[in-house]
Amino acid sequence: MIKTAFLLAKKDLYSELKTKQVLTTMIIFAGLVILVFSFAFDPANNTTKAVIPGVIWVIVVFSGILGLNRSFLSEQRNDTMQGLLIAPMDASSIYLGKFLANFTMMLVVELVSIPFLFLLFDFKIIGSIPYFILIMFIGSFGFISIGTFLAALAANSKSSEMLLPLLLFPVTSPILIGVVQATRIILTNMEKFSSALAWIQLVSAYDVIFFVLCFLLIEYVLEV
Amino acid sequence: MIEIKKLTKQADNKLILRGIDLSIEKGETVAILGPNGAGKSTLLKVLATLIKPSSGLVKINGLDLKKNHLEIKKLFGYLPHSSLLYDHYSPLENLVFFGKLYGVTNAEERAIELVKEVGLSFFLNEPVKNFSRGMIQRIAIARSIVHEPELLLLDEPHTGLDQGAISILNNVILSMKAKGTTTLMVTHDFKQAAEICDRIIIIKNGKLVDDFKLEDRALNLVSEKYQLQVEGVS
Ligand SMILES: Nc1ncnc2c1ncn2[C@@H]1O[C@H](COP(=O)(O)OP(=O)(O)OP(=O)(O)O)[C@@H](O)[C@H]1O
Ligand SMILES: [Mg+2]
Repeated sequence: MIKTAFLLAKKDLYSELKTKQVLTTMIIFAGLVILVFSFAFDPANNTTKAVIPGVIWVIVVFSGILGLNRSFLSEQRNDTMQGLLIAPMDASSIYLGKFLANFTMMLVVELVSIPFLFLLFDFKIIGSIPYFILIMFIGSFGFISIGTFLAALAANSKSSEMLLPLLLFPVTSPILIGVVQATRIILTNMEKFSSALAWIQLVSAYDVIFFVLCFLLIEYVLEV
Repeated sequence: MIEIKKLTKQADNKLILRGIDLSIEKGETVAILGPNGAGKSTLLKVLATLIKPSSGLVKINGLDLKKNHLEIKKLFGYLPHSSLLYDHYSPLENLVFFGKLYGVTNAEERAIELVKEVGLSFFLNEPVKNFSRGMIQRIAIARSIVHEPELLLLDEPHTGLDQGAISILNNVILSMKAKGTTTLMVTHDFKQAAEICDRIIIIKNGKLVDDFKLEDRALNLVSEKYQLQVEGVS
């Protein structure tokens, strides 16, 4: 099953490598967000540092949605989704494959945009970088795992591009609240480290529960 | 090979299939004829596990369609109206991907061999999106047989093919038949049906209205029976 999932993820990433459509859109979007924020808040001013955790997650959420929307809609062309459904594999392999592809693209976007953001705002991390990376990882993991599931659900609807954000926000808000808080503490105020740790634990638990849930329920979403 | 009992399919309060009973032996080549909207594609989709029947029993190779779908999926190759190919991928990449998905060993060699068989070796590495309809259909046929299935479900496989490709397709079906493959083929082309099939089924309004064996490529018999059943001319 893992092998099939990797095969599917490779297929998606390789075709993304050829067309570069989705990834470019995501990165351009992230760049625009950063630029607009740098116009709105003077990077030289010290108080603007407070908005950085928010900006990071705005980038993740919105560019993530751009990618998630495409991930199942792209299988509608030539009905390739049918090709996957008639292949001898479980629906959970399709989910896992799509999740891996989306997660990789999300990480690429973060890897490009966040250093750019820090550079532009001349941001010096006073907290811990490993913890920051950990938060980025678990936050994106939860967001993408739930997002992939809901994208599969929404893809059957006519107005899926509108439906996905509507479904996604209520379900992922605990993750987003948790990671924004944790990011803020880690980046600016290491004294409250214990409360950041509590947020991290909360988000991790939420991640695990929802990942398993999505994994088990995807069968009912993908069947026709 | 295939056992269908009292199969019905309902969608939006409309009965598409109304009680189909059918039994097909291993190695038979069966043509499914019928007017547009009769439910032929729907029947194939049920067999291909793409839609769930509303009631009735379907068994393939003794395996229940509801319970053993993973085993059944390995058995059949399905060619629907759409190509199921990835536009940005070349024929080679498409076939290697699907070959690996089905666990074919030497997926690469198999893909190259298949592309050669359908006569498109020259376009092995061109993206499929630039292909003509007939060329896409050729690759789609190759895709459906990449794992050497025991059961072929073909939905109007001859559409868009030129004379050369039609004879390639017929040869593929006949050579697979020689290996014991069962074929179910929906078609509107009586000539091809008479050419390669040894049994004809006529479906009308979701019901099986005729089912007969065919010998000596009797094209006249097919047209006669079809007119009798579908157009009501005697
Ligand atoms: N998802 C669906 N919902 C509602 N009705 C459907 C659905 N799919 C098919 N139908 C109806 O079922 C009937 C049979 O469709 P089907 O595609 O099986 O016909 P067909 O015999 O393959 O016709 P053709 O020769 O044109 O390919 C049609 O009247 C169609 O409108
Ligand atoms: Mg049809």
